[in-house]
Amino acid sequence: MRRYFGRKIFTYVITFILAATIDWLIPRFMPGDPIVMLMTTHASNLSPANATALYSYYSGLFGLNMPLWQQYLNFWGSLLHGNLGLSIIGNGQPVTQVIMAAVPYTLALLIPAILLSWWAGNSFGALAARRKWLDNSILPIGYILTATPYMWLGLLLSFLLSYTFRIFPLSGGYGYNLVPTLSLTFATDLIAHWMLPFLSLFMVMFGGWAIGMRNMIIYELESDYSRYLESLGAPQGLIRKYAFRNAMLPQITGLALQLGVIVAGALVTEIVFAYPGVGSLVFNSIKNEDYFLMQGIFLFIIVGVLVANFLVDIVYVIVDPRTRVAMRGGTA
Amino acid sequence: MTAVGQVDAQSEVTAPLTAPPVKQQRETLFFALRSKKFLISVSILLVLLVIAIVGPMLDPTDPLLQNGAHVMAPPSFHDGTWFGTTIFGEDVFSQFCNGLRASFFIGFLGGGFAALLGMAIGFTAGYKGGWIDEILNMLTNVFLVIPTLAVLLVITAYLSARGVLFEAVFIGATSWPWAARAIRAQTFSLRSRDFIDLARLSGRGGWKVIVFEIAPNMSSYLFLTYILLFGGAILIAASLDFIGLGPMGAMSLGLMMFNAVTSASLVLGMWWWFVPPGIGIMALVGALYVMNVGLDEIFNPKLREL
Repeated sequence: MRRYFGRKIFTYVITFILAATIDWLIPRFMPGDPIVMLMTTHASNLSPANATALYSYYSGLFGLNMPLWQQYLNFWGSLLHGNLGLSIIGNGQPVTQVIMAAVPYTLALLIPAILLSWWAGNSFGALAARRKWLDNSILPIGYILTATPYMWLGLLLSFLLSYTFRIFPLSGGYGYNLVPTLSLTFATDLIAHWMLPFLSLFMVMFGGWAIGMRNMIIYELESDYSRYLESLGAPQGLIRKYAFRNAMLPQITGLALQLGVIVAGALVTEIVFAYPGVGSLVFNSIKNEDYFLMQGIFLFIIVGVLVANFLVDIVYVIVDPRTRVAMRGGTA
Repeated sequence: MTAVGQVDAQSEVTAPLTAPPVKQQRETLFFALRSKKFLISVSILLVLLVIAIVGPMLDPTDPLLQNGAHVMAPPSFHDGTWFGTTIFGEDVFSQFCNGLRASFFIGFLGGGFAALLGMAIGFTAGYKGGWIDEILNMLTNVFLVIPTLAVLLVITAYLSARGVLFEAVFIGATSWPWAARAIRAQTFSLRSRDFIDLARLSGRGGWKVIVFEIAPNMSSYLFLTYILLFGGAILIAASLDFIGLGPMGAMSLGLMMFNAVTSASLVLGMWWWFVPPGIGIMALVGALYVMNVGLDEIFNPKLREL
């Protein structure tokens, strides 16, 4: 057990170090001088005094006159102090602050969408396996949903439910006429804006989980233990219950594997709805060439995915007794 | 891991070592022509492929040509703009055909590149074992958890010129890990078979054993993996293009949606601008996924519905 988690944590630490190194490496080794690039795009909008201040700030932060190894160590130093630079979009606010303001919106979308779609998808998939008419209806729907680009489903939903039928608001995190307060009107408005992005994320993911579960259950129902139970005359319900419990494990692993794709899906969905989460931040940082913000978001996403992966590992150990008993020597 | 056991059970069936190849081929064809999933998905793919190849010839309008006299027109056969025009007067049908072409290109190349990397790493790790396996496994696990989009975000943002080829290569370079993992597991299960030992005893080098003995025995599995990578590459490319990190000066389905959203086509009610690219991607990727399952059932007798 300690070995299992030790290995996992080691992988995550390596991943983080690698990611941070990429983050450091890219502005330095990509063609073109990023400071010049920044200056040409932003100096025109700034007064000369501000421009020189910005330039010296950038050069100071990059420390480009120092040897590379020292630059690298400095980078880690400021990173561990939570200093990721200042954001252009955020009018000079620290990048960490700008991101932190957006993270709650993204999490409020992602966590319910992931958990509910996983639960619903697995339940429906398990029901559908080897049951003619359910299978014939859920399988095509699942395939269509899972092949749908997240942003397109979002566009379609908002066109149908916001533009045509005006049931939900078109975009944003809350109404433009409201100020965030702890009132009932604000809360309902928040939920109304949340519904459509949540729904489009939920639906696409649902398709994937349903298909995965359906296929897994069929594998399990064809396996020797199911056949043996059947020959003993065990009721179908019992066999399916065993099949479900076994099929759930790969689905948990699948959740960990899918996290990157899911996060990407949430980002593009937010862009469609102009939802004020990390996705819209990404979009605006690209449009405004806010490189510090981009790099900050990159690290944030990676850390988030790593933490989520670790949580999945813990859940896996809780759910699968075999990992607890005999993790030693196993290939984790 | 259960997933590995799963794969083992499958390889047992997908690699019938005793059946003579000719008979096996005929059997595969027999089941392929009876599989509804396979037939439907292949027809959809063929139709899309024809549109992608023939479309730009039938309608040689430049997808980026802005016709100021004919903007925001809904679809009409009368005007010759079958899918309508954008807010800039560009022909949506022409953009759709060219975008579909780009999607096939990205899927083919990006998926192919990912498959090559996945096979190289999966075969090496599974066949060599030992510390090579440990290192490659660690590498795979690291790449597995890094979100592709985030890496592309920092890298593409700093590139001043981005082409379609770059996008394909990059998608390939980041989407191989799960394929490598699956192929490693398959290789592991084949490695201890007698015929592999025999090949090794006859003095064949490691790569020859992999290429001539192991790979042919899991060819169907490799093909299925490639199909999934193909579809995945198309979806990733669409997301990338949509957030504005796609190739420059080219047309793609994701870019169409990006343009539609940034030009407020939703508020203007121009559904004909953003609906076609989504349907194109959905049909293409959905058909690929269904073909994957159909082929799986054709190759794997256990999954056939009787």
